[in-house]
Amino acid sequence: MADTRVDPHDQAERHDPVYDRLHATPEFQELKKRHTSFVLPATIAFLSWYLLYVVMSMWAHDFMSRQVVGNINVALVFGLLQFVTTFLIAWLYARYMTAKVDPLAREIEAEYREEVSGR
Amino acid sequence: MSSDTLTAILFVAVVLITVGITFWANRQTHGTTDYYAGGRSFSGFQNGMAISGDYMSAASFLGISGAIALSGYDGFLYSIGFLVAWLVALLLVAELLRNSGRYTMADQLAYRMRQRPVRTAAATSTVVVSIFYLLAQMVGAGALVALLLGVTDESIKAWTIVAVGLLMVFYVTVGGMKGTTWVQIVKAVLLMGGTILITVLVLAEFNFNLSSLLGAAAENTGKGEGFLQPGLKYGVSTTSKIDFVSLGIALVLGTAGLPHILIRFYTVPTAKDARTSVLWAIGLIGAFYLMTLALGFGAAALLNTGPDSEVAASGGNLASPLLAEFLGGGEGTTGGAVLLALISAVAFATILAVVAGLTLTSASSVAHDLYATVFKKGQATEKEEVKVARIAAFVIGGIAIGLAIPAQKLNIAFLVALAFAVAASANLPSIIYNMFWKRFNTRGATWAIYGGLISCVVLVFFSPVVSGLGVNPVTGASLSLFPADVDFHWFPLQNPGIVSIPLGFFFGWLGTVTSKEPTAEDKFTELEVRAFTGAGAEQAHH
Repeated sequence: MADTRVDPHDQAERHDPVYDRLHATPEFQELKKRHTSFVLPATIAFLSWYLLYVVMSMWAHDFMSRQVVGNINVALVFGLLQFVTTFLIAWLYARYMTAKVDPLAREIEAEYREEVSGR
Repeated sequence: MSSDTLTAILFVAVVLITVGITFWANRQTHGTTDYYAGGRSFSGFQNGMAISGDYMSAASFLGISGAIALSGYDGFLYSIGFLVAWLVALLLVAELLRNSGRYTMADQLAYRMRQRPVRTAAATSTVVVSIFYLLAQMVGAGALVALLLGVTDESIKAWTIVAVGLLMVFYVTVGGMKGTTWVQIVKAVLLMGGTILITVLVLAEFNFNLSSLLGAAAENTGKGEGFLQPGLKYGVSTTSKIDFVSLGIALVLGTAGLPHILIRFYTVPTAKDARTSVLWAIGLIGAFYLMTLALGFGAAALLNTGPDSEVAASGGNLASPLLAEFLGGGEGTTGGAVLLALISAVAFATILAVVAGLTLTSASSVAHDLYATVFKKGQATEKEEVKVARIAAFVIGGIAIGLAIPAQKLNIAFLVALAFAVAASANLPSIIYNMFWKRFNTRGATWAIYGGLISCVVLVFFSPVVSGLGVNPVTGASLSLFPADVDFHWFPLQNPGIVSIPLGFFFGWLGTVTSKEPTAEDKFTELEVRAFTGAGAEQAHH
């Protein structure tokens, strides 16, 4: 199915209608919804949390300099908490994707294989 | 055995091992998929190691510990930003990119847009980001060898840079992605081992009590409590505070736009393996950055970091190796010589692995995007393409060598931060728009890339980094790239990200809404299905 409108090397190849069908399936719409419902809030959360840390380091100097234990101050604890939240979000993401998104992706991918193998 | 002999032996060992790997990889490489993407046959764990090896550069090992040793807590921002950034890569980019691209960053854009303009733009920014990053690594190599040989002779530093440049060109032309990946895996092991060793030795000096390590750092530097609090370097004025925020934003958004990191996602068989590799990378990188606290504060606590010290003269870049020497017993002792040689060899391996990754990335982009698609309009054979990639590696190596020699007095972590700013301004907007915005099109992509790239480079050129920062009160040398009597800066910040990243997103939006491209919108469904499910994605070659 060659695209006759434009030079094929100037434009990405014409697209395969199988993708339109798969895109319209309720499974794919559900997959996208699930993906977004984790990724969007998580991204907003970790970026705000990180920016809060950066801004407070500069404009909340007294609070950040308060000592917690010995020479360990709030700034250091806050910094170490960024490590903890990064590990935590990464782990939660992997768990969520494996349980909620991967099975749907496999299903749609199998459907695609079936469609193209019949040609 | 003298320290010089030992150092020489270890450096030669690092070179021999990596050269051996490269020759072995050469025999395993048969086509473009092998050359560019290592046959997509690495496991998630292997690629996670390689990502860590690719990412933790001289900036991390030498630069961050130096930044902490000199400016205390403020230097720790690098560690945090460099790590949190991986969540952007994990959640928004890694898997989707693996499913929708083949060899280069541009593939994913070219999927639904006009090939020639987007590939030209993406290849340009790939080369610019990689060269900024290469500079930092080569400056590190020059400083390191000068320290080991105990010379201040500029020509020896320059020859070191040339030698590193030739080695990296060799790795890339002969070993391709397979060789580069294995070099990075070996390096990750060496770097983690070396860092754990120094961390344990530092903590042992303070009975494994973090609080007393910090206390000793505050006391030894003579800066007291302020050394452990944020703001020592960046808290002096509102401009410098904004500079800190700007640096923080570039660090967190840059990683997912670094071409040499992005192409690593193509080396695994599936998107799920790409996810696994990022998870491993986050674990390894996070552990490493936690240890930079011990390295940096350890150097501050145990070494002389005053304005006329060796650490300060190197912009902080020599803090880790000198710390190792001190922990081994100090200058002139056997233990000191052994540890200095060991850590320097680790730093050397680190630099070699990273420069190989960067050169491969730029060479791939020149060959695959510019030569094969733009110039030959898709008619190049695989053999021709790989040949061009090899030639490109030579040219890029030459440019990097030529630029690194005058850039030697800049802190490495700082130079890398500039590369992050360019990556976040020029590359991230188009990657995110392309995946999540149906309306996005060719003009949007090219405007985002060129707009972000040009804003970033122009702002750096007119910033205090290039001119107008004044002189070092002790040495009298200019703190900017230009001599102290030249001053044409008008942009107040040293880190351009806070302005150039929003500009990149703005230009991407503007270019898109001022043009219509129905084909790009039509193909969005295909891109989405493929990116989210892997339907039709590139397969592994065994």
